[in-house]
Amino acid sequence: MKTVAVEKQDEKQAEQFCSGAHALVKALIHEGVDTIFGYPGGAIMPVYDALYDFEGKIKHHMSRHEQGATHAAQGYARQSGKPGVCLATSGPGATNLITGLADAQLDSTPLVCITGQVPSQMIGTDAFQETDVVSISMAVTKWNVQVTKAEDIPAAIAKAFYIAKSGKPGPVLVDITKDAQFGKCPDTYERCDQVRSYIAKPKIDPLAIEQAAQAIAEAKKPLVLFGHGVLLANAKDEFREFIEKSGMPAAWTILGLSALATDHPQNVGMLGMHGNYAPNKLTNECDLLIAVGMRFDDRVTGDVTRYAKQAKVIHIEIDPAEIDKNVKADIPILGDCREALQRLIPHLQRKDYQDWYATFSALDAEEQEQVIQRDLFPDESAPLSMGEVIRHLSDISKGSAVLVTDVGQHQMVAQRYYRFGEWNSNITSGGLGTMGFALPAAIGAKLAAPHRQVVAVIGDGGFQMTLQELGMIMEAGIAVKILILNNQFLGMVRQWQDMFFEKRYSSVDMSNPDFLMIAKAYGIEGQQVSERADLEKAMHTFLSHPKSYLLEVMVGKEDNIFPMIPSGAAVDEIRLK
Amino acid sequence: MKTMKEQFTISIYTENTIGILHRITTIFTRRHINIESITASESEVPDIHRYTIVVCQEDEKVRKVVKQIEKQIDVFKAFYHPNDEVVRQELALYKMPTQAFSNTREVEKIVRKHHARLLAVEPEFTIIEKTGYKTETQALFDELKAYGLLEFVRSGWISISKPMKEFQDYLKEVEEASKNK
Ligand SMILES: Cc1ncc(C[n+]2csc(CCOP(=O)(O)OP(=O)(O)O)c2C)c(N)n1
Repeated sequence: MKTVAVEKQDEKQAEQFCSGAHALVKALIHEGVDTIFGYPGGAIMPVYDALYDFEGKIKHHMSRHEQGATHAAQGYARQSGKPGVCLATSGPGATNLITGLADAQLDSTPLVCITGQVPSQMIGTDAFQETDVVSISMAVTKWNVQVTKAEDIPAAIAKAFYIAKSGKPGPVLVDITKDAQFGKCPDTYERCDQVRSYIAKPKIDPLAIEQAAQAIAEAKKPLVLFGHGVLLANAKDEFREFIEKSGMPAAWTILGLSALATDHPQNVGMLGMHGNYAPNKLTNECDLLIAVGMRFDDRVTGDVTRYAKQAKVIHIEIDPAEIDKNVKADIPILGDCREALQRLIPHLQRKDYQDWYATFSALDAEEQEQVIQRDLFPDESAPLSMGEVIRHLSDISKGSAVLVTDVGQHQMVAQRYYRFGEWNSNITSGGLGTMGFALPAAIGAKLAAPHRQVVAVIGDGGFQMTLQELGMIMEAGIAVKILILNNQFLGMVRQWQDMFFEKRYSSVDMSNPDFLMIAKAYGIEGQQVSERADLEKAMHTFLSHPKSYLLEVMVGKEDNIFPMIPSGAAVDEIRLK
Repeated sequence: MKTMKEQFTISIYTENTIGILHRITTIFTRRHINIESITASESEVPDIHRYTIVVCQEDEKVRKVVKQIEKQIDVFKAFYHPNDEVVRQELALYKMPTQAFSNTREVEKIVRKHHARLLAVEPEFTIIEKTGYKTETQALFDELKAYGLLEFVRSGWISISKPMKEFQDYLKEVEEASKNK
């Protein structure tokens, strides 16, 4: 027989235990999570049941497809700097996460995805909705793990958050069997701040800093390339100081865009395939290339065997596997780029690069005359151009919006012509180039930054890949602005068919639905513009509308994006037409 | 630039976690690198596993692959060495009908000539063991084939590198560096 005292103790102990599902939700709260995205199903039901108990603490946004949940979580993560969190069930729920995981892996976005799994005793039996998501997701996650016991859940989640956000951020996946969600586990949580086999932040070699400082001091024609790493390291002030103190010109990758204001006098523009003429050409003329938090993607380098061969290369990068992967670094600086910049700044002396800047200006003038002028101010007789739409968007929003772009021609135009004035304001699918990214990612970004104007810029093709996520907007009343640049083609593919496949247009002509009716079905107002005279006013309405709004602009059907580095060509072979 | 393919031994030290081998092998798969042999065992440090993977590839490609392996969260350290920097060994086992030994003295002579040894003798079969490089175990294989060889197996190679720095020291370095915030 138990004494009263013992019974009391039992009760107390019982209080210190909770279900695995509760432990999971509490772990999220410990990690500061208040917004998650997901979709329920059989194997994750205990977690959804637990969420019911924490309604005021965690807001769950139900996507209409798990891919939408991943992109929403990415948009949230990119805007907030915190890991985005996704929930999905086993089997088809889990496999629907793969595109988002791959996108987050290539664009270094911290995500914590939690999937339900069939009960542990059924694993390996081809049970209903069983897929081996740990194997499937291995190639597209920074780390993943399967948990089969309730008591292992808190530690797995703690490790997942640490890995997702530390070092070079990335997506992680925790697969939890249903019995583990139901099981009992101690109600305690300890955050993880070290994994003994993993070096999140390599210590910076002081010698490398000295060598870099010397190379900068000696350079006559330096060019700084800045990428996502600057934003990820939160090196806002350091980067600006680095640029301003040294006086060096700086060009951006599409993931580095908005780390330095577009109109900053030392910002010489966009790198890569559809980037600006001057920084691409002069990459093959500079004497020193300083890559800050970027990884020399092939869309940036063109033919890498003819890339910046004349230049000395300083590569500031946190991931050792990126050093010398695509471009050989003469002076690698392995470490966090904020820290690296902090250490470099004291060595810098402002130098006069007047002649060097003059070569940029001369090439800029050519691009201005042959491309930009026509893009931004087309002839009265010409159809509306994507460029002029973005010009109005930029002017009227005063360059202060968060732009979330999809993939294709409109993406390149938006990034080329929006005058970004604020830090971390460009969210795009760069590495994977995932059509359908923008709408859900914009939803996530708006939830992370409710006071900012968030505009999704999408093509008529890409919009149809994830338009079901209008449901998320409808349900929570999320004031995301949706700008569809409708050229009635899969424009970017059509451009390639035009230029490289003798204009044999194969499966690029779009039969589109009535986008405004679709928006209306979700309670979202909108309008279509096809006349130049109506554009400016419509843009004002679009931006000042208090709720979500869809603006569809009918643009030239067969406009091509220039400049362009054809694939296989070198950066200095960039074409203006 | 060195673009010749050459044999390399890659040694990988990892946590003993499920799935790590899969993570490692996919790195080879996506670069279309064939693994010639692979061996796994616990290392000199308790709980830390060591994989020995042999590939034939260009130096530069191997270097990049090794960095991508080392990038995996559960991997402590990965090394690669050309053949002249390692001492290596393979093991082969041969199953012969015991009769082959009684019919003629030839088989026994062959075994002796190759410095192989008899591992097990049963009324029906005899197992021969030979350690050595592939060329050596192959030479024995070629000779035994004529005498009714029943079964043959060769292990992946295992190797120890010549440089004197011990993994223990690397382990301390990695563990120390993993605390850096
Ligand atoms: C999921 C996915 N499928 C296919 C592609 C290949 N792709 C790249 S751009 C593009 C055309 C995009 O057309 P649209 O969304 O209308 O934008 P536009 O180029 O016309 O601005 C396609 C099909 C892709 N990037 N992503």
